Amino acid sequence: MLVTTSLALIFYVAPTDADQGFSQRIFYFHVSIAFTAYACFALGAWKALVHLWKRDPEADLESYVGIHQGVIFGSLVLITGSIWAKISWGHWWLWSENQLVLFLVLFLFYAAYFMLRFSVDAGPQRANLSAVYALFGVVLIPVSFLAIRLAQKFIHPVVFTRNGPSFGGWILATYCVSQVAMLVLAYTLYRVELAGKRLDIRLRKLRESYT
Amino acid sequence: MTTAEKYVTAAYCVVFALVLAYVVIIALKLQRLEREVDQLAERADEAPERETVSVG
Repeated sequence: MLVTTSLALIFYVAPTDADQGFSQRIFYFHVSIAFTAYACFALGAWKALVHLWKRDPEADLESYVGIHQGVIFGSLVLITGSIWAKISWGHWWLWSENQLVLFLVLFLFYAAYFMLRFSVDAGPQRANLSAVYALFGVVLIPVSFLAIRLAQKFIHPVVFTRNGPSFGGWILATYCVSQVAMLVLAYTLYRVELAGKRLDIRLRKLRESYT
Repeated sequence: MTTAEKYVTAAYCVVFALVLAYVVIIALKLQRLEREVDQLAERADEAPERETVSVG
């Protein structure tokens, strides 16, 4: 419902940007997906901290699913960002852009999380190693977010300044609906994946008790 | 359709294709889990029932 509403607002209500033209409409999903990816990575890191604190295997599972969601949304950020860059800059990717490179570093860091996790046998050692790794990655989130403000060249548009968002009216309303839609979508997918993983673990235990 | 419109359409199509692919993968996994639950239920039905013994 929310995604449909946001799409209707993006294509039928939000005005066309005077500077960027029609291509600016990518921004509604691109920015909301980027913040959702940050939120997923932050959730994964928070759950990792809870795991290290309370030694709760459930928190380890939640951390894993959160990071998995973050990587999925992160890949969407990179794809939509590249498409926007191709229209606006004429290039799919620019290595000179700090924000792009730092987001790629963040994405690859968390993509490597799965390599680490699946290279260790299941158990407390794997959970602890994964949790520490997930916590290290959270440092990259503010660095990636603030990179654009610290950079000298402002090629990548700055959407949120110190004085608030750099837009208003229908553009802001459409962005807010898109942001809520993406967060709700991510949370729904998170719950569904988590339920599947829990069921998988319970079934494995049942199967082991039968054999 | 202008070039910008084509690229914007492609961007939104990619987002929906990836989300759809993810949902399909999760749905297939849930189907597999459902089959495993059925198999376990069958095995539980086939297993000989334990005799009830009064205690005390």
